[in-house]
Amino acid sequence: MTSFTVNGETQELDIDPATPLLWVLRDTLGLTGTKYSCGIAVCGACTVHVDGIPVRACVTPLSAVANKAVTTIEGLSKDNSHPLQRAWIVLDVPQCGYCQSGQIMTAVALLAKNPKPTDSDIDQAMSGVLCRCGTYSRIRRAIKQAAELKAKGA
Amino acid sequence: MNDLTIREAVNPGRRSFLKASAVAGGGLLIGFHLPLANRAGEAAAAANEFVPNAWIRIDADDTVTLRVASSEMGQGVHTAVPMLLAEELDCEWARIKVEMAPADKAYINPLIGQQLTGGSTTVRAFWTPLRQAGAAGRSLLIRAAAQSWKVNEEECRAGNGVVLHPPSKRRARYGELAAQAARLSIPGEVFLKEPGEFKLIGKPVPRLDTPLKVNGSAVFGMDVKLPGLLVAVVERCPVFGGQLKKFDAAGARAVPGVRQVVAIHSGVAVVADGFWAAQRGREALVVIWDEGGHAKLNSTAIRQRLERALGKKGVTARTEGDATKVLNAAAKRIEAVYEAPYAAHACMEPMNCTAQVKKDSCELWVPTQAQTGAQFVAMQITGLPADKVKVNTTFLGGGFGRRAEQDFVAEAVQLAMAMGAPVKLVWTREDDMRHDYYRPATLNRLSAALDKGGLPLAWRHEIAGPSIMARVFPGSINNGIDNTSVEGAANLPYAIPNLHVSWVMENGVAPVGFWRSVGSSQNAYITECFLDELAAAAGKDPYEYRRALLIKHPRHLGVLELAAQKAGWGTPLPAGRSRGIAVAEAFGSFCAQVAEVSVEQGKLRVERVVCAIDCGMVVNPDTVVAQMESGIVYGLGAALKGEITIKNGRVEQGNFNDYPLLRFDEMPQIEVHIVKSTEHPGGVGEPGTPPIAPAVANAVFAATGKPVRRLPIRV
Repeated sequence: MTSFTVNGETQELDIDPATPLLWVLRDTLGLTGTKYSCGIAVCGACTVHVDGIPVRACVTPLSAVANKAVTTIEGLSKDNSHPLQRAWIVLDVPQCGYCQSGQIMTAVALLAKNPKPTDSDIDQAMSGVLCRCGTYSRIRRAIKQAAELKAKGA
Repeated sequence: MNDLTIREAVNPGRRSFLKASAVAGGGLLIGFHLPLANRAGEAAAAANEFVPNAWIRIDADDTVTLRVASSEMGQGVHTAVPMLLAEELDCEWARIKVEMAPADKAYINPLIGQQLTGGSTTVRAFWTPLRQAGAAGRSLLIRAAAQSWKVNEEECRAGNGVVLHPPSKRRARYGELAAQAARLSIPGEVFLKEPGEFKLIGKPVPRLDTPLKVNGSAVFGMDVKLPGLLVAVVERCPVFGGQLKKFDAAGARAVPGVRQVVAIHSGVAVVADGFWAAQRGREALVVIWDEGGHAKLNSTAIRQRLERALGKKGVTARTEGDATKVLNAAAKRIEAVYEAPYAAHACMEPMNCTAQVKKDSCELWVPTQAQTGAQFVAMQITGLPADKVKVNTTFLGGGFGRRAEQDFVAEAVQLAMAMGAPVKLVWTREDDMRHDYYRPATLNRLSAALDKGGLPLAWRHEIAGPSIMARVFPGSINNGIDNTSVEGAANLPYAIPNLHVSWVMENGVAPVGFWRSVGSSQNAYITECFLDELAAAAGKDPYEYRRALLIKHPRHLGVLELAAQKAGWGTPLPAGRSRGIAVAEAFGSFCAQVAEVSVEQGKLRVERVVCAIDCGMVVNPDTVVAQMESGIVYGLGAALKGEITIKNGRVEQGNFNDYPLLRFDEMPQIEVHIVKSTEHPGGVGEPGTPPIAPAVANAVFAATGKPVRRLPIRV
């Protein structure tokens, strides 16, 4: 039995603790906002937070999150009100959208640690999350805009 | 209708069948049947006089629901298409709702003759019919209001979802008028707005799908949920053309959660309660393959085969003057061999399809670009008629041509039949990379002769490569030419008196398919780089050289000059930087790009790209910008990184570690400039891709003096 929380809700699951968190979230809990794309931690589409730290859910076994707090894209806000979601909407960042959960969760972790990131901070934080549609420059602008929104307390 | 300047009057009865009818709850339904542009389409149209359908529904609560025939794969059509309708219907934009259309003859793309999202055709195909439908709806609503108020129709106006009669100050919402409008017949003529009157078209409109894509609620194929849904993975022969000999499923069946191990046409499937159990089961499979005749095939042999093909006489794609005679007599002759490798699509969402087959019905939930094809494949496998095969199209996590294929649909349908339960077939990233329909690898020999002034007198381009259409649609091969193999080469715009473009079909073992911008994605690279070689041989500036040769092509010239001007072509650059330029016409649009690159310590970096696009009339300008950014990044991936190689009959690459994509920190600064135009709309999903590889390669050539004759670019 593995006990942990997902988006504030306690989960007690009796499944193989070696199962990657990604498939626990998607297939067991039905939280499909976290995406599968590479399965080997090289694309970042499956990024979630474990105790606030961004991790690759595709290579994180369930056992690693025992008694920890997992946050997924669904847990960011109830109404798209997180500053990053708002900035993402204003700048119409997504195209196909498949990588965007991973992009946003990575950006959330960046802003939590570094409220006013420079271009090179953003490069460093975001370079592990791949996008095939080329939304990178809009993501950069959206992160900067969200940082401003957060600074204003909006 | 006095708020309109009436010029473009059309007769909907002749141009496209329109029909109004009532829906339950007091709504108005406007259906229409599209006239088809090609022969295949005409045949299909003859088979059905009028297909009743449900394109547009206006409900009593003012909601306007549009069923969009095209798949949303990032290119923004689920916003651009409703904009076309809303512009002419003059409804309230906030009340627009989009539904993805099912697979049905009613939704055939008139430019393709199938329900298929490809060739950058969506806006071009639906530009006129959807505006006509909107105008007809508006006219019906006005007439309904005039009749109920017993006033003159000409005194009524419509706008923002309301019909007004200013003399009596009466007003009614579209929703209130819908039931009455449904009893009227479609007007014999409708009047379309002049571009100057557009309120929505041409203005940046936020995408309707964005809010769903920032909180995980957008449903992609991978995200489909159904009661009792099983998940399947398939072990396929790693060697092209290989077949299953035998397998031992005992180990797989012993994995908790595994329900069944089934041999299907493409390999051995493991079906389980979830993906992880299925994948564990697959790892425990023992499969013996008959690897067939290609188990020793490698990339070197493929190249040799293309070399031999280049020695054969090709089929003529275009000929003017006598290029060979002029070349043979030329004092100065320039020759080069250019090549492009296989490239993978690498959609972020790997291929997948969910299917459920019952005794008398089949239902698919699939991220597909090709609904007609998906339905057809399911009909063939199940033996069911079209009206028993329902296709639900989800959002697509990238398409780029890969999702026009049906291999994953066929697998899912077979598995759903075998299991008697709904099955979600999931490809891993490695499956996706190793069993793609690749961009064709081609080899090209180019020869040119220059006149005394350095301008080309003769140009000969011989291409050898595999044919996409030979597999997909052999009937479209005309006089031996697959147009997708020569597009971007045969339509060379430069004024060259003696010109010859030929093609040798050399179908290899690796399957090939449509890859964003198709033939132009490599032919623009090849022709635009060779043109820079000619300019260099002539001692001319590559921009001025192009200008001199494009006098008769104002739209090419327009984007070329705009890109050059905005990029500061000819102005000094910091040390270590260089510029390259390229222009290409593709999918009805014209695009030029200037790339600014730096080469430091053997590392190439694309610093800046200035892009000028002329795609005729623009529907959603921010989407055009996004699609240029997107097309550039997609093309850069193949120009700088992506290469599929084959060893022992197998694709050597499997994931993003060995088939890398462009990363965030490698993203150039991109500036997009849109040409103002009143021309008919062109495509936008693909035209951004062709110019980027040659623009970058030409910048490298400018820096190093060495032409880049092979992709990906190595410095």
